[in-house]
Amino acid sequence: MFLAKSQQSAETAGQSIADAPEMPAARGATWITGVWAAGVWLLAAAISRFIPDIDDFERTNLLADIMAGIGVVFVILALGSRFSGVRPPERARSVGPWFLLLAVVLAVWELLTAKFALLPRPFFAAPQGLLEVFTDDYPRLVESVWHSLRLLAGGYAIGAAIGFVAGVAIGWSRRVGYWAHPVLRLIGPLPATAWLPIAFFAFPSSHSASTFLIALATAFPVTVLTWSGIASVNRAYYDVARTMGASQSFLVLKVAIPAALPSVFVGLFMGLGASFSVLVVAEMMGVKAGLGWYMQWAQGWAAYANMYAALLVMALMCTGLITLLFRLRDRLLAWQKGIVQW
Amino acid sequence: MVAAAFRVVADAGASVEVLKVSHRFDLHGKPLPVLEDVSFRVEPGGFVALLGPSGCGKSTLLRLVAGLEPPSRGALSANDAPIDGPDPSRVLMFQDPTLYPWRTVRNNAALGLEARGLKHSHSPRVDKALRLVGLTNFADAYPHQLSGGMAQRAALARALVNDPELLLLDEPLGKLDSMTRITMQGELVSLWERSGFTALLVTHDVEEALFMAQRVIVLSDRPARVRADVPVDLPYPRHRGHSRLADLRREVLRLLGLDGTW
Repeated sequence: MFLAKSQQSAETAGQSIADAPEMPAARGATWITGVWAAGVWLLAAAISRFIPDIDDFERTNLLADIMAGIGVVFVILALGSRFSGVRPPERARSVGPWFLLLAVVLAVWELLTAKFALLPRPFFAAPQGLLEVFTDDYPRLVESVWHSLRLLAGGYAIGAAIGFVAGVAIGWSRRVGYWAHPVLRLIGPLPATAWLPIAFFAFPSSHSASTFLIALATAFPVTVLTWSGIASVNRAYYDVARTMGASQSFLVLKVAIPAALPSVFVGLFMGLGASFSVLVVAEMMGVKAGLGWYMQWAQGWAAYANMYAALLVMALMCTGLITLLFRLRDRLLAWQKGIVQW
Repeated sequence: MVAAAFRVVADAGASVEVLKVSHRFDLHGKPLPVLEDVSFRVEPGGFVALLGPSGCGKSTLLRLVAGLEPPSRGALSANDAPIDGPDPSRVLMFQDPTLYPWRTVRNNAALGLEARGLKHSHSPRVDKALRLVGLTNFADAYPHQLSGGMAQRAALARALVNDPELLLLDEPLGKLDSMTRITMQGELVSLWERSGFTALLVTHDVEEALFMAQRVIVLSDRPARVRADVPVDLPYPRHRGHSRLADLRREVLRLLGLDGTW
């Protein structure tokens, strides 16, 4: 429930930001934000290109070219609306202010690190340092993402499946609830990472141990929220089905589970968050692959740019997975929203 | 109009026999008697209203007839066979439409067929029922898109699809606005007339009971007992302004102890 609401309000807030300042961008009007974005991106490009670096950076020119390229795109968008009357695409207009801010941040970052080294050197990497990681070390990054995803997918799938089945069983059967509830209360709140030493000792491989830990971290919130979803199903839904001759399995599969699904998705969302943190810890502590391992490895070599690059990739991976889950929810729970999407 | 073509419900209604039924709830360890020694009989195809003050146990009585709960004492039977559990031939309609929000109107209406594995063999019945309640154009809508009256019509379609011999109406119009309510009272009566099922209506609305039913059983405060059995000797279609209804209304209000205000 609260997820749906917060997302909705975020959407409307996004719309109002996008619409409000650009209202006069009618035929022939200049897109002011676009002009500013173009200017600052070109300025950032000039800073990168023409102020000498304090150290040997391989990708300074590439960075400047990318910045100039983005600047040119904004020039075209902004001038296009000025002279041809073609309004810039809605999407470009909505992200315009963000691109403006990004250019400012990049320019300042560039000045503070690569150009004048005002921040402590090895810890604060320059933008072109990160760029270099992406251009030169991408095979290893891609491989790390692949390993992380594989580990995460296995553990999350097992944990979500077990959590869902356990939640339904506890919510439905009093006897299962009697035996499962105390175990759940004792084991559930324990952080999955507390099992780390035992898991790495008890399982044959670090991969299987990590899968277990991720599954454990996922299963707890999924179990509790599935259970609570099943327990809070309107009793009248059962009466309706029972008077029409529904069997027990019909009541579980066609009444209880669909009714509990919104709550199940909150559990899946929380489980996904928990699984990320266990994934990273497991990869830093024992698994010899994946983004967590990459960061640990980079830190060992004092390769801070690699660390930041991995952090960025990890952020994109996590947000991508959450987005995927939300898309799935929107598709399955279309009936829940105010408007049905076709 | 086109009643015969759209007939989806059984021709023969069930008889209902309630014999010396008492029922109590367990409220925090204390027994709370809700029904006391209630007896009555409804003939096949009859329309009987159970009228009583709110909270008197009318709805409980209906749940017992539906077979959702066994009575503490006494016996209930339908077609002279004891009621020992829910049965699709006795369908309950609630004050809330209790449509499943994740199903479209059509799939809500098909619930009973699906529960008994008849969805595919009997699917035309769903369309007929939806036509009967005037929801054909809303078959693919979700419940949150319906008005209160439409949602209650969808619930009615869901009940009719099961070919009920006995329709148990638990204040089904209680939450509707007064105009929709008047319309649906007439619709329910004409549906009952065309179809032949037995109807048992629980209500606390005196006008509704007298306008719709052939007999009004007046219940007392909790624990509910049968206070009177009032036949409404008027043919259908009835006119709300009929003087006989006004007389009966005065009589029923007196039985309920509310005549002081009239």
